[in-house]
Amino acid sequence: MNYYSDNEILRHYLGHPLLKRIVEAKEQGYSQADKYNYAPADFAEAVEGYEQVLELVGELCAEYIAPNAMAVEEEGPSVENGRVKYAPATEHNLDLFRKAGLMGVSLPRCYGGLNFPMTVFTLIEDVVSRADAAFGNLWALQDCAETINCFGSDKQRERYLPRVCAGATMSMDLTEPDAGSDLQSVRLKATYSEEDGCWYLDGVKRFITNGDSDIHLVLARSEEGSVDGRGLSLFIVEKECGGVHTRRLENKMGIHGSPTCEIVFNRARAELCGSRRMGLIKYVMSLMNGARLGIATQSVGLAQATYNEALEYARSRKQFGKEIINFPAVYDIVGTMKARLDAARSLLYETARNVDMTNIFNDIARERSLTPEERQESKIFAKKADALTPIVKGIASEIANQNAYDAVQVHGGSGYMRDYLCERLYRDARITSIYEGTTQLQVVAAIRYATGGFYSQLLNEYLSENVPESLQPLRVRVQNMCDKYNEALERVQSFGDQEIIDFLARRIYEMASYSIMSSLLLLDAAANEELFLPSLNRFIAISEAIVAGHSTYICNFVPELINYFKQK
Amino acid sequence: MKLNIIVLAKQVPDTRNIGEQAMNADGTINRSALPAIFNPEDLNALEQALLLKEQNPGSRITLLTMGPQRAADILREGLYRGADEGILLTDRAFAGADTLATSYALSAAINKIGEYDIVLCGRQAIDGDTAQVGPQVAQQLGLPQVTYVRRIVTIEDNRIVVERSIGNGVETVAAPLPLLLTVDGSAAPCRPRNAYRLLRYHRAAVPSELSVGENGKKPADESVLKEWSLADVNGDASRCGLGGSPTKVRKVENIIFQVKESKRLTADDADIKALVGELLANHTIG
Repeated sequence: MNYYSDNEILRHYLGHPLLKRIVEAKEQGYSQADKYNYAPADFAEAVEGYEQVLELVGELCAEYIAPNAMAVEEEGPSVENGRVKYAPATEHNLDLFRKAGLMGVSLPRCYGGLNFPMTVFTLIEDVVSRADAAFGNLWALQDCAETINCFGSDKQRERYLPRVCAGATMSMDLTEPDAGSDLQSVRLKATYSEEDGCWYLDGVKRFITNGDSDIHLVLARSEEGSVDGRGLSLFIVEKECGGVHTRRLENKMGIHGSPTCEIVFNRARAELCGSRRMGLIKYVMSLMNGARLGIATQSVGLAQATYNEALEYARSRKQFGKEIINFPAVYDIVGTMKARLDAARSLLYETARNVDMTNIFNDIARERSLTPEERQESKIFAKKADALTPIVKGIASEIANQNAYDAVQVHGGSGYMRDYLCERLYRDARITSIYEGTTQLQVVAAIRYATGGFYSQLLNEYLSENVPESLQPLRVRVQNMCDKYNEALERVQSFGDQEIIDFLARRIYEMASYSIMSSLLLLDAAANEELFLPSLNRFIAISEAIVAGHSTYICNFVPELINYFKQK
Repeated sequence: MKLNIIVLAKQVPDTRNIGEQAMNADGTINRSALPAIFNPEDLNALEQALLLKEQNPGSRITLLTMGPQRAADILREGLYRGADEGILLTDRAFAGADTLATSYALSAAINKIGEYDIVLCGRQAIDGDTAQVGPQVAQQLGLPQVTYVRRIVTIEDNRIVVERSIGNGVETVAAPLPLLLTVDGSAAPCRPRNAYRLLRYHRAAVPSELSVGENGKKPADESVLKEWSLADVNGDASRCGLGGSPTKVRKVENIIFQVKESKRLTADDADIKALVGELLANHTIG
């Protein structure tokens, strides 16, 4: 078994035309081959290398990570003397991934990383999450190192990044008991000691994934007396320097293998990362965007796992003398699951490519100033990445939950029992639409790109690309959806009332999302009709119904309706 | 101490994953339907070599395999997992070798390598299941051997201490270097391929792969992948291949075990002697 090569759709995303440009830039015109013996000399060799590594990940996931997942969940982590002890199966997984050299996938070679683009990192995370979402968390937190890479000093890069590549684990310590969605209220105190020439942190963080990591990124209040986000800075804390310990672990519904910690900072020595006061407004925003793409990927991996379970069960379970997959009520569910999965994945890789292009221009900008054309282009990629991230995080996590619900439903009574994998997947998926910003917050982040006309513009761009004659009728249907979206958006804005916009925002967000996913799936089908045509047909039908539903709601909406929703 | 370690490996059909197409209509093996893999216990042997190298920095691991050109795949596999170099011993003259001819060819190659402290190999291959090649190589080279090794305990001052599996227990054995060890499946599993080494070596090829224009392959550094013929190892052709193999396969038949008749014997000498005589006479043994 191999979780990469058994899924042809993953390979499709290595074939996207933009990837060639991404890799060429990431490899600085393939100039690193002379300096590093594992750097590719051309595009073909780079892609062959990605495939080899993906095959390796696919094999490790199928043969070790997935079979270990039950033991990881059942044993779970524990706390002893303020330190987290992973389950033995988790230790085994980490050891395997360290030995396989998969701990610094996207970091530059000069720090010992593989220098893979985000698109390929995402493919790896997609495969890992299908095998075990809880282990996926521990592994994918290596992406926090990107924040040090982007905003840290040279000294910090040299000190921390090689350790991450060698397998040191990371965490992002943001949430506090009174600062969840509202991070501006973070209170953890950072004090500078002139005497020691360093910062000290004091306070408590809660709900911290892998909170006993080797290297912490911590959001703390460095400006005494400040009350908002502008008084917060980002710090790096090393476990081995002491002063930080885990007080307790949360007893969660799912992802049991991923320790969620309440951690206490007691005069913990810390280094400032980047500039003071920029912690929340710049660095955490960047960190969160990366993390949101990560959760979207985890969601797609889970949507894949749930679909696989439902399909296998429906094909083998017999009732009324035949396999239940033959009943319309069942193949409707399973076919819908696959369509949603493929659509979410298409959006995921479109987002990843735009994140890659954004990162590439940021990297160049650190070396030299961009030309006016480059600056223009970089702005467009950055805007696309910023606009698509809240959509993919919100929608892919909702889809993971819908698929998890459906997988249990297909299993019937058996799906409610612990004996079946879909039961764990159902619990594991539930967090995806909550952490790293709830779906409701993704709507808040996305709505300005709707009202500002950016999603409409993006849809025009996607729909103006060439598709073969055979797909024209489907293209017209997607265009009709976009028209409905634009009409609804116009009506919402015509009220000129912020509360009404906020109240209807989720519907606008979903209309934009389903139109965008339909367009992207159309483009995928244009590149590989055989692979995508069934899902495209299903997904357009599903999306039309969703878009029409929201359209009706918005058309019939009158401002008085809001009052009926408010609880007295 | 710095060690020179040679690991013997064989490419075998994956007999653990037999699909529907594995057997032809005439009962012979359809090799194209069975993926060719690194013999599992040879991977256990490689892991022992890698552990020794970790404990003895500066040690060098040479992977040696005899087989057709495609056996270079397992040499690359060994490089991905941490071996320092791979040697493909390939020549038409080696074709059809039994265990004796194989062990002769391998020992000729080992002599050519020259300096070594330990030769490690898997206990047996999953295709032939003979467990003869390791011991025969030791015999040909005049080396002491320890078979069924599951763990290397210590190695110092030219003396090695190992644990060997003896069915219902473990025996600890000390032996002088150089020597040959056969490692069984109870030893530590081999570490995974490493992404950095995968990226470094995935295009490394042996010379004959380059001459047939394998896709995008490029010449490997001579110190990493080598290809040796019979002449390269100064071998005696008459001791190689089919001609050098005393084992002759007369015919192959499917055996389905069935209890047809049974006999009750007592444990006294006369009964046992009669049974042995009978088994010898019908060639079940001997």
